[in-house]
Amino acid sequence: MQTYNNAINIKDLFFKYEKEYVLEDINFQVQENDFLTILGPNGGGKSTLVKLILGILKLQKGSIEIFNRPFLKESLNIGYVPQSTDINLDFPIKVLEVIMMAQNKQQTRYFGYSKDEKLQAIHALEQVGMEEFAHRRISFLSGGQRQSLSGGQRQRVLIARALFGKPKILLLDEPTSNIDVVACGEIYQTLKELNKKITVVVISHDLSLVLKYANKAVYINKKLSYHDLSSMKQEFSNLNSNVSEIELLQMLGQCRC
Amino acid sequence: MLEALSYTFIQNAIISGVLVSIISGIIGSLIVVNRMVFLAGGIAHSAYGGIGVSIYFSLPMLLSTSVFSVIVALFISIITYKNRQKLDTIIGLTWAIGMSFGILLVDLTPGYNADLISYLFGSILAVNSSDIIFMAIILFLIIFILGLFYRDILAVSYDNSYAKIRGVKTRLFYTIILLMASLSIVIAIKIVGLILVIALLSIPTFIAEKFSDSLLGMMIHASLFSMFFTLMGLGISYTYDLSSGPSIILISSVSMIIVIIFQKLRKPKIFKKTN
Repeated sequence: MQTYNNAINIKDLFFKYEKEYVLEDINFQVQENDFLTILGPNGGGKSTLVKLILGILKLQKGSIEIFNRPFLKESLNIGYVPQSTDINLDFPIKVLEVIMMAQNKQQTRYFGYSKDEKLQAIHALEQVGMEEFAHRRISFLSGGQRQSLSGGQRQRVLIARALFGKPKILLLDEPTSNIDVVACGEIYQTLKELNKKITVVVISHDLSLVLKYANKAVYINKKLSYHDLSSMKQEFSNLNSNVSEIELLQMLGQCRC
Repeated sequence: MLEALSYTFIQNAIISGVLVSIISGIIGSLIVVNRMVFLAGGIAHSAYGGIGVSIYFSLPMLLSTSVFSVIVALFISIITYKNRQKLDTIIGLTWAIGMSFGILLVDLTPGYNADLISYLFGSILAVNSSDIIFMAIILFLIIFILGLFYRDILAVSYDNSYAKIRGVKTRLFYTIILLMASLSIVIAIKIVGLILVIALLSIPTFIAEKFSDSLLGMMIHASLFSMFFTLMGLGISYTYDLSSGPSIILISSVSMIIVIIFQKLRKPKIFKKTN
């Protein structure tokens, strides 16, 4: 265990928007090649934490290190996947162009896209199994009718966009909200596959999926509790294969140490 | 009809029609994908303040109206960037203030102003060579900015919050889009008038959207459609002695309706699942 690198190291983090702290005394490490899930109630501070990790919000107290270095906004070390939304489904943009949005600002060239970039973008799409959509518009024509990508497909495109810069960490904010169960499972399967090479951090509500794929979980409700899921998984597989989410939540709540 | 082409004012009309079509195709696409149509309407109507200023102080119309609209656009951009929910209120405000200001200035101007109606409905046949130079400069500027920052502008338009995370100066590009829009609106007012400017910016774009796979494609298609409608409208207006602005807009609207009907007819009978 000690030989692992710390992918993300958060120390003594406090954060408040106004008077009251939304995050208090947050300390945890994500090790390289972890599959970590962030759980917690709405308004518990999950999204705030993500924004802090990404550098969208300014640190107030404490520190966040990415691979033992303070975070740089422009670095491509973290690939970020936002929540799946239905906005701009009709936008005239090709899937490939969406991916290349992730290009580092300093390396962007004027006047269009370079061949290298395009190849890199197609490679990113291959990793999520979406390469056949590369040159299509996000709402493509089919039988004379314009169709949008399905929720699952859109989310894959967003994951590919995050993978574009070959990040070492993939950070996903509720990647499977608004997506049907089958597509959900497929996306987690893809993440599991990607996890062989990169660290994955997922904010999620899907407890059963979390338990199936993640190896660690943190529970955030203002304060944080940390769980190594490997022991818990064993316990559960002994108990029953169909554990209800409520039971799981209880368990996670109980062992808040 | 052909002998008409030898008149300078017809030549000017055709050249300016082509220039304005390209401008409105490009900027119309940006306005539509950014959902700024109402905003563009606000800028168009507040531009009337600029027209008032130009009549009252006897200044060149395009120049003073451009300056006025740019100021309005900057004002809107500064106030609304952080809280977009206020956007509607601010647009309504600038819309009304700009128009009232313009009309009062025209009232205060001594003498009768026959030109007034031409700003409401446009006067492509009254375009002179200095107008054309101004339009060409704006077109060049727009193409230059777009060539340089196409990716940033695309990113900001498609996914503003992600663009921000990736280090794109979203506020700057939001302002740039607004400024380009306000300049284009001023020019389009010259052709179709401020009442119809929104139609010129949005109808060709609406049709182009159906044929395009990318924003750039949409801009090119919209420019071509716009060119076609403008020249057709111009021809009809000349042949039947009708107002040019409404002729252009009616041609576009009829085409749009035809496209919509054609699309409905092509709709497959079986409902297909998206996934």
